[in-house]
Amino acid sequence: MLKFFTNSNIFFWIEKLTNFINSIFFVLLLVAISFAIIFSPPDYLQGDSVRIMYVHVPAAWIGLASFTLIALISILNFIFKIKNLMLVSKSIAPIGLMFTCLAIVTGSLWGQPTWGTFWAWDARITSMLVLAIFYLLFIFVHKFISGEEKANKISNMIAIIGFINIPIIKYSVEWWNTLHQPASVKILGSNTIHSSMLVPLLLMFFVLILYCALIFLMKYKTEIIRIKKKNLKRL
Amino acid sequence: MLTLKVKKRASLLTLILILTVFAVFLILKSLSDNILYFKSPTDIKTSEDLIFNKKIRVGGMVKKNSLKINSEEIKFVITDFKNELNVSYSGTVPNLFTEEKGVVAEGKLQDKKFFVADRILAKHDENYMPPELKEIIKEDAK
Repeated sequence: MLKFFTNSNIFFWIEKLTNFINSIFFVLLLVAISFAIIFSPPDYLQGDSVRIMYVHVPAAWIGLASFTLIALISILNFIFKIKNLMLVSKSIAPIGLMFTCLAIVTGSLWGQPTWGTFWAWDARITSMLVLAIFYLLFIFVHKFISGEEKANKISNMIAIIGFINIPIIKYSVEWWNTLHQPASVKILGSNTIHSSMLVPLLLMFFVLILYCALIFLMKYKTEIIRIKKKNLKRL
Repeated sequence: MLTLKVKKRASLLTLILILTVFAVFLILKSLSDNILYFKSPTDIKTSEDLIFNKKIRVGGMVKKNSLKINSEEIKFVITDFKNELNVSYSGTVPNLFTEEKGVVAEGKLQDKKFFVADRILAKHDENYMPPELKEIIKEDAK
């Protein structure tokens, strides 16, 4: 396992995976978007603005999942001090930030026609903004603090402390009165979203995950090259 | 793998995690009034120290058959199925604002039963379905 990471033939695998994802990505993207925009029905209440949901919800899921991953990696890294893991979490962070911001922006665009306001300081939206700030802190620490050891330590702490925010985001709509509606797609219990809308939603989620994988592989490659340039012995 | 150093760091991490959870819990607890985006009619009925000249938000369902619209104002009743509150408002409302749907009204309380809103937000619920299905459900309900 460790050999797989440390060996320089990881570039070969990255290349192969990138090519594979590239070959199916655009076809799947077209399918998912045509489902989301053309084949899925409008909502009985919101009309066509429901289509924003097909970007908003996957983006929010990915934003939360990325931070969870970064936090778990940071916990492992903090305890076992595995250098390679830091490269992984450094490569995930920009993706998570992008999708968190995308979720906030699309949510705001959806809020105007449905709620009647672009922004509300309710628990869900505020905690999502806090998540974006944690991502920014995590990225800025690596950008502005010289000395890798120190930067790693601080960013680990940021990720671990920020981890508390994840359950708060998830349950904010159940614990407090919020303007934001509760979850429609549930792992346990029945969904309150009709299957003709759930299918395009899951398709879009899958395609966006592929997109994340693509960006991650490219970013991970750059990070490895950067480290190799600095110090060959390390990997 | 489990050297003394690793164990030390693991216990330090557990301590940090427990402390942060505790700190966040305390912060959220002390902020509990501010975190609530709106109060329900029951909150207003039961609260002792009502503020009449400060802006608050009240939320719930628009009661069935309570919506009255004339040229000057919109009148309706917000209910949480236990208590009710009369609301008066003049201005534009969002598209989703109708009877038996969620609403959040921003404005000032006149007395325990009467609220003057200067902004209305519609609260969407978690149900998503195509219009045809809604028709079928309506038919079934009849």
